[in-house]
Amino acid sequence: MSSQHAQHRLAAYSTPLILSAILLAFVAFVVILGDKALARTAAETLVRVTLVVGLWIFVGNSGVISFGHAGYMAIGAYCSAWLTLKPQSKALFLPDLPPWLMDAQWPVLPAAIASGLLAALVALLSGAAILRLSGIAASIATFAFLAIVNTVYSNWEGVTGATSSVVGLTRYVDHWVALAWAVAAIVAANLYANSASGLALRATREDEVAAKASGIDMYRHRLWSLVISAFFTGISGALLGHSIGVLNPDSFYLGITFISLAMLVVGGIGSLSGAVIGVLLLSLLIELLVRAERGITIGATQFALPSGSQEILIGVAMIFVLILRPAGLTGGREFKLRLTLPRIPLSQEPTSTN
Amino acid sequence: MTNFAQLFFDAASLGGLYAMAALGIALIFGVMNLVNFAHGEYIAFCVFALIVPSTDAVAVMLLGRAPALILVPLILALGAAIAIASEHAVFRHLRRADPVAMMISSFALGFVIRNALLAAYGGRPKAISLWPDLNTPVRIAGAEVPLLQLIVILTTLLVVAGLAALLKKTRLGLEMRAAAENFTMARLLGVKANVVITGAFALSGALAAAVALIMATQTGVADVRMGGQVMLVAFIATVIGGLGSLPGAVAAGFLIGAASVLLQAFLPLDARPFRDAFLYTLVIVCLLVRPQGLFVAASAKPRV
Repeated sequence: MSSQHAQHRLAAYSTPLILSAILLAFVAFVVILGDKALARTAAETLVRVTLVVGLWIFVGNSGVISFGHAGYMAIGAYCSAWLTLKPQSKALFLPDLPPWLMDAQWPVLPAAIASGLLAALVALLSGAAILRLSGIAASIATFAFLAIVNTVYSNWEGVTGATSSVVGLTRYVDHWVALAWAVAAIVAANLYANSASGLALRATREDEVAAKASGIDMYRHRLWSLVISAFFTGISGALLGHSIGVLNPDSFYLGITFISLAMLVVGGIGSLSGAVIGVLLLSLLIELLVRAERGITIGATQFALPSGSQEILIGVAMIFVLILRPAGLTGGREFKLRLTLPRIPLSQEPTSTN
Repeated sequence: MTNFAQLFFDAASLGGLYAMAALGIALIFGVMNLVNFAHGEYIAFCVFALIVPSTDAVAVMLLGRAPALILVPLILALGAAIAIASEHAVFRHLRRADPVAMMISSFALGFVIRNALLAAYGGRPKAISLWPDLNTPVRIAGAEVPLLQLIVILTTLLVVAGLAALLKKTRLGLEMRAAAENFTMARLLGVKANVVITGAFALSGALAAAVALIMATQTGVADVRMGGQVMLVAFIATVIGGLGSLPGAVAAGFLIGAASVLLQAFLPLDARPFRDAFLYTLVIVCLLVRPQGLFVAASAKPRV
């Protein structure tokens, strides 16, 4: 039996390979087409992959819906802005920063990692309180966390620029950078989900009481997964900031919370593949509809959707998917390779006698 | 010195608004475990029904011109209608889906309604004047109170009393309470699921319409986003009150209204912009102290 178990384990580790290959193919396709606007959309899509995979690490494994991840995103995005902006522009827009932060001008990669670490630290502190709750109370508490972050960042004039946007972030995030982080997030998510802590957490998702009775410390595993999850969510925030170049607290509020949850649920909340597929399909749909709104020429006839219909159609499409496949498109399954290991000769296994 | 009577009326009217919205959400959650994020859009829809669809900056009254005696029942009916229509179009097909999928689809539905409103009315907030006389202040107990605040407080009391009577005295109410307690069991005992759920949606939509009328009069603005903030507070109120508990939703709605007014009045001036941060911290503390809510419904405890 152990060889079958080993095969399952190995097959589970093939998921990130397949998903990364899909993303690589996606980027390669965009590069071959050589369309600039398309490349930008691809970068944004891959940033969203990082975000939704980060979100999945917590939501998918614990089964607790989090409305708070946009808060971790905001924390990451602003942290990266504090670390990378030019001191002159910080003195102008964010005059109340402490001196050491004012003079900081880090390279982008350490800044991104620092953003993730800060978000993870905040997740450790906020999660320590919030995760004492479970079910819908926990979800509401995560929402309250988001509202707190949003209120603070929209009013802390000298440090976050409040509601006037922070501008001038270096826009270094192209599709390759975004691809690298998306793949890193996918690998980390897969490793976590198949670790002892991830498996224990998924047991609590299936049956809280039974898992507790089996000696699983739900609180500890949830907190651990939230910290990892917030790390990648914070990084996705930093990436988003450096891909559009402008930060505003309201771009990390309800809109992105819901769109990321929608992508997760449409793809299938139960599996990592679902998270990635949800982002790709919904992003593709949005892009197609946006283009259709601008007008498409087929043969000699040109037709365009009336403006505003793009959002309506996306909403309708989401409702249809959820009605037809309530468990999401992947229905909680992972893409796996069926690998056959050379069979290790085992000592005669005892056949069951009863 | 802050006037306490003034504070009381402010708190009671804001709380009343939240309480009504919270009731609308709790009613639906009780019968089908759906957290209805489209509730805020029902509110916006009812506000916009007052004016003529156009993308111009100036609003022209449509239904808003009707006298109050016709207008109020009409808007309430309209709110009920859109809620029932959304149940038929979307939620009826999702009864067996898990709560998360339902919640996300309610969000998607809200998204559709909001963007339909944006397409029909344009994105800019519009000034409307519905019953402007109601904002004239009246002196009561040394406080300048707009007449509308009194009306809000009275309406809330009436609505809560009316709803209580409906739930306690009528057959539909009995069935709804039974459904909230244990939906499967109620169905086995002959409660018709469709009737109860449609009833809950109709009441919820009518409550949204009442909130819409009050907000339109109070703010004098029609904005697509106006329902969202109220809906979120109401959603929090239903959880703090104890999901599935209607008295809990009302009590928590008033509590949040009161906390919000008190924080606004007594926070030091520097901290006042951060009021909502304090409010939501209180929400988290409240949840940590009583995770099941202030009023725990008997059905809320997980059975093993």
